[in-house]
Amino acid sequence: MSEGTVIRPYGDTTGDGMVQTSFTLPVPPGPQADGAALQLAAKMGISPAMVVHSTGIGTAFTFFVVYGSVQHLVDLAEVHVEERPYPLLSPSEVNAAVKTRLRRSLVVLGACIGTDAHTVGIDAILNLKGFAGEKGLEYYRELQVANLGAQVSVPELVRAARTAKADAVLVSQVVTQKDAHLRNTRELAGAFREAMGESRPLLVVGGPRFDPAMAADLGVDKVFGRGTTPGEVASYLVHALVPSPDSQEAPA
Amino acid sequence: MAISAQRVAGVSGLTLDPVLVARARELATRAAAPVVDLAKAHTTVSVERAVLRLAGLTGTDPVLGDGEVPWVNRVVDAVREQVGLESGVALPVWHALANGTAPSLSALAEQVGAGTARFTVPTGAEADRAREVARAAVGTGIARIDANRARREELVATLGDPPRRPWIYLIVATGDIYEDIPQAQAAARAGADVIAVIRSTGQSLLDYVPEGATRTGYAGTYATGENFRLMRAALDEVGVELGRYVRLTNYASGLCMPEIAVLAGLERLDMMLNDAMYGILFRDINPQRTFVDQRFSRMVHARAGIIINTGEDNYLTTADAVDEAHTVTVSQLLNERLAHEAGLEDWQLGLGHAFEIDPDRPESFRLELAHALLARGLFPDAPLKWMPPTKHMTGDVFRGYLLDGFFNLAGALTGQGILLVGMMTEAVVTPWLSDRDLALRNVRYVLDAAGNLAEDFAPQPGGFIDARAHTVLTEALQLLERIADHPQGLIQAIADGTFGITKRRPDGGKGLDGVFRKAADHYDPALELLAEAKEPAGV
Repeated sequence: MSEGTVIRPYGDTTGDGMVQTSFTLPVPPGPQADGAALQLAAKMGISPAMVVHSTGIGTAFTFFVVYGSVQHLVDLAEVHVEERPYPLLSPSEVNAAVKTRLRRSLVVLGACIGTDAHTVGIDAILNLKGFAGEKGLEYYRELQVANLGAQVSVPELVRAARTAKADAVLVSQVVTQKDAHLRNTRELAGAFREAMGESRPLLVVGGPRFDPAMAADLGVDKVFGRGTTPGEVASYLVHALVPSPDSQEAPA
Repeated sequence: MAISAQRVAGVSGLTLDPVLVARARELATRAAAPVVDLAKAHTTVSVERAVLRLAGLTGTDPVLGDGEVPWVNRVVDAVREQVGLESGVALPVWHALANGTAPSLSALAEQVGAGTARFTVPTGAEADRAREVARAAVGTGIARIDANRARREELVATLGDPPRRPWIYLIVATGDIYEDIPQAQAAARAGADVIAVIRSTGQSLLDYVPEGATRTGYAGTYATGENFRLMRAALDEVGVELGRYVRLTNYASGLCMPEIAVLAGLERLDMMLNDAMYGILFRDINPQRTFVDQRFSRMVHARAGIIINTGEDNYLTTADAVDEAHTVTVSQLLNERLAHEAGLEDWQLGLGHAFEIDPDRPESFRLELAHALLARGLFPDAPLKWMPPTKHMTGDVFRGYLLDGFFNLAGALTGQGILLVGMMTEAVVTPWLSDRDLALRNVRYVLDAAGNLAEDFAPQPGGFIDARAHTVLTEALQLLERIADHPQGLIQAIADGTFGITKRRPDGGKGLDGVFRKAADHYDPALELLAEAKEPAGV
């Protein structure tokens, strides 16, 4: 632990360690409930702790607000920040980047391939409605989005991508048996490589069963796993397809 | 007291220019006319499946897939393959039954499953006979809907309505109906008047209604007939305990809108989300499919005494709540027109709007009041559905709690009918037990402290609020004029991207392959029965 980099939470005096927290315990309100809250606070490192408020929610639960001094220390020297290889952009930042740096709409095609009829993944990313409080890619003015829906064959998708001059093809697979999602993805990558070679669109796949580290192995550019939001996908598309501000080079 | 109560219940504090209001309704009628014509001239797979549901066909084909395909889908698909759906499903199905091909509708469905059913479209006396038996069979479902409506009225009379307006509307959604039930009962005990069970993500896009009690869903619980029944029974139980009728809400939207409307009527749901354009704009469902399905579903809701909730709040989550305020007004007017045309009365129109103006904008609360009062003034007899902030909920739960308090105050001050309770953890987590409890405390505080403030509150004529409301109304009229002047009215306006920022072509989106132009002999006993008696039983 190095001198000068160790800090504690700040209430109104340096080093007082004051925090506030709130939680619910599955016990009826009363002295026993308050005692239980204090015990939990102590185990969280809050000592001394004060239950400043407790109130019953129905007959079986109690809600608490707790203040107290937390005994834990934070060493800034040991804080390591994992940085995403590309920045997470807001929809307006995505639009601005595409408009000013690509100077045309970015064309995105989405589909479910194979026998998977579950479009919930691709719809969550593409539909205006979106997912997890984020609007889908249709919301982005500078993205031209077409959702081909479910059970699209790989040759169909290649044809559609060629016709639409797609910059990126997004494929989602939700329901999969015996690693069909991996086989389908390799088939997808192979078909695009064969049909279009170097000029193939950016290939992005996603679904709850995928491991994001497998992109290279599967022959695609990017793999998204469970819980991916539209904003992450849009930010990646900008990172991969839009020339960076200091570069004059047009993307492939 | 009596005088002020009357004023609050009647007109809002605003006096809207009656010439503008009359012109708005006239334009909405004109803009919607081509949509009504289109809806009358077509049928869809889901409308035809709804007919079979009204006649009592339930269950799924155990052999196909994982046993998830309902019999109504199997039968409608078989009719469609063999003779097409232009004449409707009723004629060939009840022709087969009248011929003694199968002893019952479910037995006929099993023949479809076995691949032995053969359908033909009858003519002449055979068609008359098929129509007669079809009408009687579908009439049993309509009778059940009527009985449910009467039962609701009886329960409201004996148990009582919520003590005050706005009704407090709370959402539960765990994905597991058996988890939803205790949560819904707890919410009712804590003060919720209306419980909505949010649907599983993407159910809108399923072209069938799942069957049975379901225990898994994505960010919501599937709408199924059995889930409806279980939750209805649970809320009736807690209603008796609390001494007030607790209303149940679900979603008649997406590709199965007509069927879900029927299931709601059969299981005595009280409110249904049902917007004329939501599926088109936000789910990319084909516009023609949506308008045909929407009209049928609204006719069922009208008969069932169900209050519809429209989805104008969604526009404001994608567009700026000040710049695009007039699109909300336009959509409300169109939703009203299409609802009236389908037989819904004013008390059944939970027209939507939302508190979504950027709180960092100066005068944001006064602008919110202006918009809310405009809706109140335009639709004095509709129970408006007031939706809480979502777009500017940032994860700062403390600021969010304050914002929800202002939302509640605006709702009380402007006489909103249905108040969806805002959660300070919006955009953070699905609401915890404590989030709901805190949110309800917020609502109770505001309604207890300021619930009658409307009686002292009248914006000055020509003042900021009055002027803003008239500006929005004028912009709405200009937009309605553009829509009404389109040769294809509303449908072309949607293709041009008038609402929200999406453009939806009349022949694009999902579900167009399930739309059929009706032949001259098309027969839908449900539509016939629903259109005959605009005055439903029990009123």
